[in-house]
Amino acid sequence: MVKKVTEASQAVAEAVKLCKPAVIPVYPITPQTHIPERISDFVNSGEFDCEMIYVESEHSAISAAIGASATGVRSYTATASQGLALMHEILHIVSGMRLPVVMNVVNRALSAPINIWNDHQDSMSARDTSWIQLYVESSQEALDTTIMAFKIAEAHDVLLPVMVCLDGFTLSHVYEPVDIPEQKEVDKFLPKFNPLFKLDTKRPCTMGPVGFPDTFMDFKKEQQDAMDTSIDMIKKVNEEFGKQFGRKYGDGLLEKYLLDDAEYVFVGLGTICGTARSVIDKLREQGRKVGMLKMKAFRPFPEKEVIDYLKGAKAVAVYDRSVSFGHKGAVFAEMTSAFNDIVKKPIFHSFIAGLGGRDVTLQHIEDSFDKISKEKVSTTEWLL
Amino acid sequence: MLEIRIHGRGGQGAVTAAQILAISAFLDGKQSQAFPKFGVERRGAPVEAFCRIDETPINVRSQVYTPDLLMILEPSLMQAVDVTAGLKEGAKIIVNTTQPVTDKKFERYHVSCVDASKVALDIFKADIVNTAILGAFSKVTGVVSLEAINKAIEERFAGRDRIIELNKEAVKRVYEQVQ
Repeated sequence: MVKKVTEASQAVAEAVKLCKPAVIPVYPITPQTHIPERISDFVNSGEFDCEMIYVESEHSAISAAIGASATGVRSYTATASQGLALMHEILHIVSGMRLPVVMNVVNRALSAPINIWNDHQDSMSARDTSWIQLYVESSQEALDTTIMAFKIAEAHDVLLPVMVCLDGFTLSHVYEPVDIPEQKEVDKFLPKFNPLFKLDTKRPCTMGPVGFPDTFMDFKKEQQDAMDTSIDMIKKVNEEFGKQFGRKYGDGLLEKYLLDDAEYVFVGLGTICGTARSVIDKLREQGRKVGMLKMKAFRPFPEKEVIDYLKGAKAVAVYDRSVSFGHKGAVFAEMTSAFNDIVKKPIFHSFIAGLGGRDVTLQHIEDSFDKISKEKVSTTEWLL
Repeated sequence: MLEIRIHGRGGQGAVTAAQILAISAFLDGKQSQAFPKFGVERRGAPVEAFCRIDETPINVRSQVYTPDLLMILEPSLMQAVDVTAGLKEGAKIIVNTTQPVTDKKFERYHVSCVDASKVALDIFKADIVNTAILGAFSKVTGVVSLEAINKAIEERFAGRDRIIELNKEAVKRVYEQVQ
């Protein structure tokens, strides 16, 4: 194990190298991030033996990842913002073909106006593509979750692709201390890719053919069932990771911070949760009963666990870094929907924050705690 | 927790200075975090970079608004930018300049001037002061050791032996020069 200060993108590249994907197709130009750049350094120096394919668009990158994965090799790619949007139609094909591709999404805004900075509009717009979505808070969590993602995706009762989402700039460009595990430890944790089906001339099969009305819906139901199954798999892989590496992240789906006796709770995804921790520490010193529920898994949405963790709270501040235009913040909408059938529930308040790289400060979060401890009915506020 | 803000101009390496500082603090056994102010990156335009140093893990992810320490890589920034915005009372400021700082707005702070440009021109034949000024930072603040800065330079510029040697020399000279 090496512990050093490095960039989050570098930490993710180290994780990818440790997981040994055989094929990495990438579009190397903006909005691409440092991640493939660092991976290509490893390939170039001979430290990492993998086939990097430089393609002409993100649409082609994810298509090539499908081809590689279908032949039975571990396949990975990375993208951000408009790149993820350009992949959109193929994202459905990856999950529909049940190919366990892993992809890092460096969360950045979607144009227009042109903006390269952080928010979650890109991955939230892909929430219905049947990809598992895991959001991370720190460089260490980005590295660890990328390793876990392969194990979750490739489990035979899951077989769904995984997006590991990290905040653009706010995390991707940050230098901070990271533990980089040894190769032999990762080999012990992550077995070689063992595909359930693959394109093989000795056992010919067809993948992704036409699904007529008499079969299509059954395939979709199986995808939904696999998402449900993945809830337990994510928990299990998180536990296994914890045992082997001494680090885990809540139950793998959600992470509590001083939540058990909290009356007022912050809910968010990604780096914003770090800032919330600092605010909670300060308010706890003043004797205020505040806590946090960090959403690590947004897909699958851990409804049962969310209800279990939040049912005792008086009020909840949900921070969304994206908007479902014409409706609400996506996380807020789903939190309230989870509690539809629950009689005694907290008052949920919606905060739209940090779009297009607008900074979310300690003061924002402290003010939100003040607000939700006073308001008697649900409110919506844009932190402009 | 100590919060440091570095003011420079695009191309001067303010971000690299913050990164080397974070690596140095970690090598000294502390926790650290470094990142740029996210905005438009243009050569010559004013830029900022931030570094946080603490004894315990750092969770906060917002920008630095009330710094404890300031580094200014180029003297014209003292007029061009509101460099003291949010700066804590009595804070230390390290500025690369040949002229004494007389502006009244700096009276409330402890200003250390160093001609890092002269050292850089002498060693690199270019006005690149981002590493050199860290020598002054170490001497004036005592927040990171000179030894850690040297090790951090070796780490950050790994494989480029000549660059490492020159940068260490620049840091050493500025360290010795600053009052």
